Amino acid sequence: MNWTPLWITLKLATISSIVLLLIGTPLAWWLARTRVRFKAAIEAVVALPLVLPPTVLGFYLLIGLAPDGVIGGPWRALTGHGLAFTFAGLVLGSVLYSLPFVVQPLQNTFETVGDRWIEAAATLGAGTLDRFVSVVLPMARSGFITAVTLGFAHTVGEFGVVLMIGGNIPDKTQVVSIAIYDHVEALEYSQAHLLSAGLLLFSFAALFLVYRLNRRWRTVVGR
Amino acid sequence: MRHSLSNFVALLATACLASTAVSAQTVTVAVAANFLATSKILAHQFEQESHDKVLLSAGSTGKLYAQIRHGAPYDVFLAADKRRPKLLESEGVALKGSRFTYAIGRLALWSPKSGLVDTAGAVLRGSSIQKLAIANPKTAPYGAAAQQVLQKMYVWQQYSGRIVRGEDVGQTWQFVSTGNADAGFIALAQITLANGNRRSGSLWLVPQQMYTPIEQQAVTLKRAQGNAAAHAFTAFLRSKQARAEISRQGYALP
Repeated sequence: MNWTPLWITLKLATISSIVLLLIGTPLAWWLARTRVRFKAAIEAVVALPLVLPPTVLGFYLLIGLAPDGVIGGPWRALTGHGLAFTFAGLVLGSVLYSLPFVVQPLQNTFETVGDRWIEAAATLGAGTLDRFVSVVLPMARSGFITAVTLGFAHTVGEFGVVLMIGGNIPDKTQVVSIAIYDHVEALEYSQAHLLSAGLLLFSFAALFLVYRLNRRWRTVVGR
Repeated sequence: MRHSLSNFVALLATACLASTAVSAQTVTVAVAANFLATSKILAHQFEQESHDKVLLSAGSTGKLYAQIRHGAPYDVFLAADKRRPKLLESEGVALKGSRFTYAIGRLALWSPKSGLVDTAGAVLRGSSIQKLAIANPKTAPYGAAAQQVLQKMYVWQQYSGRIVRGEDVGQTWQFVSTGNADAGFIALAQITLANGNRRSGSLWLVPQQMYTPIEQQAVTLKRAQGNAAAHAFTAFLRSKQARAEISRQGYALP
């Protein structure tokens, strides 16, 4: 039994979640605080992957990631090859596809943190970064847990986009959802069963742990 | 108000009756991806002659086979090999004696870039193809043929990290035509335009002795036993007119 697809999926979900946090946190923070007129437009763009079928994103990515595409072109100038059918290309696709699942919960918690605590910290002499790290982050912890869980889980469950831009390359872009699809199509049901059950157990265990931790932290913090 | 409602119900009932009358003359066809474009042309011709309706669903031969085995509602299966139709026959899913070869597939290595692929396929031994697209050999006969060619040339290992696999030969073509793969093994029919001309780019028409002949077989499924349109359609596929069209679209004939 080849478990590499499962490993690739976990790697993809982990890296995508980290990238999503790095991009999503400032974006959500900005969205929670800004009053600019085009805020609604940005929010709509972030939410688009919720509405659009993965084929739309996959189609645009396939064209955009091509060696002469808008993203693939500059990437090729840097690295010498196109971005489609590479692990990096999958990370890019996953980040776009899971963006709303990270940004929206974060934005919600940031909005509930409110100005009072931040202003109080400012009066006590805390700098911008200090205020964010020692006031906002602890208060937004459950928002972060939700965001990371959803971002990670959504990437694990990804199929359509990867099917269109992954190229089904074993050991590189063949994630577990694609491998299962492959096995089912080839009528290799025993392998499909094993991988499916493995994914099911893993997903349940991960979600269960997160919800448990989240609950414990909430009782500790008293929220 | 009541009057218009009863009118509406009557209309609905008529519509339902009419649609059952039509569905008796509808033939649903599962078609291997390589034959989709050709089957569209053929279906159009058939529809004009017979006034029956043809519904086409494309996919890899392996996928369609798996779906049919699990009760997918198709009347006719146009596969890209003879293995799956044979299996369906022996499994009792297809009508005995309905199996026949409707086309012989021709494998081609194609790139949209002119001058990349030479007419002897020597490009495969060099390093100018960084990404080579083939259909999934497990489910797509054209993919299996491509694998045979690469193995015969002793370059299969060499390409192990450079091969991208399309779900079927349709997706393989899409990978190549968007420029994401430099070249790909596809069906000659896919780069044949409706008028019989070839698309621009560069092409190696792989000699047929380099791979097991792609005998594309059709089979009528059991559920279509009483469906006259299904039988008429498979009869049409064997007609002189259809055979001429199939040959024009880049296939050899049995």
